[in-house]
Amino acid sequence: MDKTLLLKWFYQMKLIRTFEEKSAELYAYGKIGGFLHLYIGEEAVATGALATLREDDHLLTHYRDHGWALARGTDPKPLMAELLGRVTGVSKGKGGSMHLCDPERNFWGGYAIVGGHLPLAVGIAFAMRYQGTDRVVLSVFGDGATNIGEFHEALNMAALWELPVIFLCENNLYGMGTQVKRASAVPEMAQKACAYGMPTEQCNGMDVFSVYGAMQKAVQRARAGEGPTFVEAKTYRFRGHSMADPELYRQHDEVEAFRECCDPIESLRDHILREKLATPEELEQLERQAAAATEEAAQFAEQSPPPPLEALYEDIYAQPLDGPTAGKERR
Amino acid sequence: MSNQDVSGSGGASDRFRELYFTEALREALAEEMERDPEVFLLGEDMGVYGGCFGVTRGLLEQFGPERVRDTPISEAGVVGLAVGAAILGARPVVEVMFMDFITLAMDQIANHAAKFRYMYGEQARVPLVIRCPAGAGRAYGATHSQTLEAWFLHVPGLKVVAPATAADAKGLLKSAIRDDNPVIFLENKVLYQSREWIPDGEFTIPLGRARRVCEGGDVTIVAYSRMAREAEKAASILAEEGIGAEVIDLRSLVPLDIDAVVASVTKTGRVVLVEEGTRTGGVCAELGMRLFEEAWDSLDAPIQRVTAPDIPIPFAPELEAAVIPTAADIAAAARALAES
Repeated sequence: MDKTLLLKWFYQMKLIRTFEEKSAELYAYGKIGGFLHLYIGEEAVATGALATLREDDHLLTHYRDHGWALARGTDPKPLMAELLGRVTGVSKGKGGSMHLCDPERNFWGGYAIVGGHLPLAVGIAFAMRYQGTDRVVLSVFGDGATNIGEFHEALNMAALWELPVIFLCENNLYGMGTQVKRASAVPEMAQKACAYGMPTEQCNGMDVFSVYGAMQKAVQRARAGEGPTFVEAKTYRFRGHSMADPELYRQHDEVEAFRECCDPIESLRDHILREKLATPEELEQLERQAAAATEEAAQFAEQSPPPPLEALYEDIYAQPLDGPTAGKERR
Repeated sequence: MSNQDVSGSGGASDRFRELYFTEALREALAEEMERDPEVFLLGEDMGVYGGCFGVTRGLLEQFGPERVRDTPISEAGVVGLAVGAAILGARPVVEVMFMDFITLAMDQIANHAAKFRYMYGEQARVPLVIRCPAGAGRAYGATHSQTLEAWFLHVPGLKVVAPATAADAKGLLKSAIRDDNPVIFLENKVLYQSREWIPDGEFTIPLGRARRVCEGGDVTIVAYSRMAREAEKAASILAEEGIGAEVIDLRSLVPLDIDAVVASVTKTGRVVLVEEGTRTGGVCAELGMRLFEEAWDSLDAPIQRVTAPDIPIPFAPELEAAVIPTAADIAAAARALAES
């Protein structure tokens, strides 16, 4: 494969890793409040998947969305600022970690209601075809979302109307703290797509090449008007569900074993060095760049002001109403 | 506010035609679909079947299956699909066959449609209309007869519209479709059968402007949707008794034309609020508080409300009829106020 592409992937994955480590640090210092769901361990999925999309294609994801935004090319600075609730954030500080978005890059959000965004993705695909384009929609969700009603409604409609959607399930083995086998009647998430006659691809979510290959087939199918595909990426998160997670539901050894055998960044590093596509020094240089971009983002975020109180009443309606918000004078 | 205000932004004709409420709605849909290719319809049995109440009859033949889309029975999925399409610039109009079924789509409405703009900024807009056949009176029982608009007043980001006349149904639906916000559009099922004179040709009625149904100096009656018709009948009963009732039809609950209500109450000093839905936490509860805040000085008597009691809609027609507020109930409340 093309050397430039692989080095780009390496940088992206490293950027996600350092960005997440930095946000964990800021959370520990109390600079990020609320929820913080880290993507560490799953970097290959976002990186491999988004490498198969065009810029004008659409993306919707679950709430573990920082890595997806970064892999989509969103500037780390406004991303980090959003995590800190600053006015310079991608959602002007009113969305937060779980509700990132970047409409310029057709990234329509992280969603915090599990599975609720799947019908939205079908709707965007519906609009794309209605408007006569060949653009496709990537809808990313976790294993937990496959048990909710909206998942099944969305898959049925997408298959029924052969809409250009890729349903990408990041199966990281746990829905919050509940193991897949304790929540799902079938162990393979891809099995659930068969009920809708939908083609499936399964891939190793710890291997960027495997994700890229599976996604390429799915995107090609959607682009050609052949309807949706269900892609299952088997992956693993190295950190807890969120920063608040004491991880009582899984063994430390299990986490260590995955880190040891399957770190997606180390696997890609080994591949690049084995194929002599770059020297160790070149890769270290990329790592330093990722660290610098992360530091710059953190500084930018910390130096940005919080949103002004006036922002409370902005963007509720397309044109402000007098009535329902009139109570603001009397708060 | 005006007496027969159907002018709005569009020019109403001087000539009138007689139409059913359903036909007026259908005209609004057809005209907006003709006007804007981004407008399309989605819903259960609205195409081939023609709509459970016949509102969309003939539109499939006129506009084809791409624009009049029969969907599976998947309320959450369909409303979610419409929200997704709306973000991308389409203007979907969803029919939720009975307003009771909107419960299945509450996640999409409350967590997505109403929140996008606030969470994602001005780049995100959701021009979406959800049409809801609502209300009791046809012996459909507890799960097919509810009037649930009060829930949606409690979700900032939504608009709520509830016409009482065929002309308003047409003009308000057209405005709702052109609006850049998600709109919950109530169609009272009993009103579907009413046949009325409406202006010829194209017209719109702006959201948020109440209609003064009749003038009077003794008591104000505030209502909307089917209850505005009952209030109008109540005003006739009261007129024969020499009591002047001024009836205000709100037309939309969000935006709310509170100024029109306050102006009338300032004149009469007495007000009866009416809704078909249940009492506790209802629309009248909110309206009463708004009047308490904004018209306290003008009130000569306590605010009264006429609503359904806090019970589910029973099936037996005799029981059902006892639940729904009538013109006689409204007249009695207004009479007692006027004589106080």
